[in-house]
Amino acid sequence: MKRSIPLAITFLTGVFLVVSFFVPHEPFGALEQRLLIWFSIVSGFTMLLGVDNLLRSHGRKIGRRNPGWWHSVVLLIGFAATVVLGVLGRIHHGSPFHMQSPFMFVYTYTIVPLQGTMFALLAFFIASASYRAFRARNTVATLLLVSAVIVMLGRVPIGAAISEFFPAAQEWIMDVPQLAAKRGIQIGAALGAVSMSLRIILGIERSYLS
Amino acid sequence: MKRFAATPNGHDSASTRRSSVLVAAIAVLGVLALTSGNALSDTGNPTANGPDALLLTPALFDEAGTLDAQEPAVLCPFGVIAEDVPDDGGGAIAVTWELGDAPVSDDASVSADGSVSADGSAEGTGGSAAVSGFEILRFAPGEEPILVGEAPVTDRRFVDDTAEAGVSYQYIVRALSSVTGPDGVPAGFADSIASSAATATAQWFATSRLNALVVMIFACGAVMFYIGRARTGSELYIRRIPGLEAVDDAVGRATEMGRPVLYVPGIETVSEVGTLAALTILGHVAKKVAQHGTPLLVPTADPIVMTTAQEIVKQAYAEVGQSDRYDPTSVTYITYDQFGYTAGVDGIMVRERPEAVFLLGYFAAESLILAETGHEIGAIQISGTKETSQLPFFVAACDYTLIGEELFAASSYLSHEPVMLGSLKGQDFAKFWIVVLIVAMVAIGTVGYAITPDGSSVPARVFDAVKTWFAGG
Repeated sequence: MKRSIPLAITFLTGVFLVVSFFVPHEPFGALEQRLLIWFSIVSGFTMLLGVDNLLRSHGRKIGRRNPGWWHSVVLLIGFAATVVLGVLGRIHHGSPFHMQSPFMFVYTYTIVPLQGTMFALLAFFIASASYRAFRARNTVATLLLVSAVIVMLGRVPIGAAISEFFPAAQEWIMDVPQLAAKRGIQIGAALGAVSMSLRIILGIERSYLS
Repeated sequence: MKRFAATPNGHDSASTRRSSVLVAAIAVLGVLALTSGNALSDTGNPTANGPDALLLTPALFDEAGTLDAQEPAVLCPFGVIAEDVPDDGGGAIAVTWELGDAPVSDDASVSADGSVSADGSAEGTGGSAAVSGFEILRFAPGEEPILVGEAPVTDRRFVDDTAEAGVSYQYIVRALSSVTGPDGVPAGFADSIASSAATATAQWFATSRLNALVVMIFACGAVMFYIGRARTGSELYIRRIPGLEAVDDAVGRATEMGRPVLYVPGIETVSEVGTLAALTILGHVAKKVAQHGTPLLVPTADPIVMTTAQEIVKQAYAEVGQSDRYDPTSVTYITYDQFGYTAGVDGIMVRERPEAVFLLGYFAAESLILAETGHEIGAIQISGTKETSQLPFFVAACDYTLIGEELFAASSYLSHEPVMLGSLKGQDFAKFWIVVLIVAMVAIGTVGYAITPDGSSVPARVFDAVKTWFAGG
């Protein structure tokens, strides 16, 4: 019973959603939209679970004086301060998202630069990963290296300045072999998704159930 | 009698043209009045009297109702067609129209800038220079027209999704003058004649999705067939997937080293099929971890994923009889923010030094940041995603990568259950025939266009028909 009811709900929901994709008439047509609204509502409530988990987990670290416990103190202070600033923004500006509110000040001058910093790290990681990937150890790696050099040169002005070959070659590489491989992967992934969905709808795949 | 013309816009040589268009306009109005039996309303608004409703514009009439030839010109929409939107649940009607280069009468037309020539040919190049946008008016029999929407000057189509199913509506498209008064309101407008009546109806089958239905039946049929064969005990050969065979090795190595296993299920919620696949694999990894007594860390970016992952891990520990070893803090929520989550996971990697890192699910720009950090701490890394833009990063930085479908196959592959493996076999069968179809169509298309470059040969037409069928919907 503990499993059969969730499996029945999964089966019915899956079948109805598949039918609603092909049958626009009521009651099927608006079903997907309605379920998405339900999902948003459930998702909103689960955010409370996430916050609860976050606070408990860091509170436990502080209580046990785990190594680096003061990081958790900083997190909890930051969490509380952000909530307070949000409330203040609501009181003084009508909304925490008002551009003059202290909440948006924190967002604009703390969160956004931190996000930018993390994203900027990508440039260095690409350099280190490329260095390893482009080492010409075998034929395939050499092919990758040559393709990468052509594509990189073809996409910057200096490539065209050296030779018109680079822009034309990079366009061909991107439009033909690259796109063919990408579409092949996408077709395979789509079939895989169909197969997995079918397993879940039919109750063959149950590992997601507790 | 399709359109209604406004006056010229005061250009230097306008007098002759103005006379022509006025004559033409009067003639148009006269004919309309005679044919429809309607008259212009006092306000200059179109009356709700069917497809032949009269066209009015303040550009032609002053307050006294007399023709005013000095107002700025407005091109008039014509050829307004209202049709039920196909393949929907009812409640939507599509309105299309044209503008510009349309004859006012047999001997006059209006050009892009609103000037009119008397020889029946339009001047100018555009067709909407004097128009700033459109208003779409709708009326049902016996009702006054109401505004149901606006469209920019570049649009020639509007979908009215406020229509009531089963009610007949007619539409009038009003072109607004690009010339505005001091208050910013358009100085004039021109209304089309009303469209013929259209009724929004709901369909029982979306014909544009027939191709998807056929492919789905084929793919599902293949999967079901092989699941059935697996149930009867037939032996099925499944190709080797090295990335999945390395799962046991990775967990074993972490156990030997006495270091934890880090499992990252991506940054999306459970509605993403990649996340769902990652969660199904988590169950298998958690069982291995529970059997070996290795610590498991599962940082999540979504509360629903966190809750689901907690239950999966708990169940996995219970299934191998290690419930007492389950650590409720092993599955944690970090943040929904993409780079905040990345920073959090990177911090866990650097502090906890996991020996095995699983990066499975949906990933975006953070994929390489995570994978490179994992590489730097010397962990064995198994990654997998269906995102083709992130796969190269994983291939470059990880030891094993599950490419696209392999991620979805992982759960079946790891379970070794015949029925699950049957679904994999069916998936491969469907893929095989799709490859055959692609190769066949490439050959047919190449031959067809080699025979007749204009595409008139039979193979070329077959190729075009199949391509169009698959591209539609």
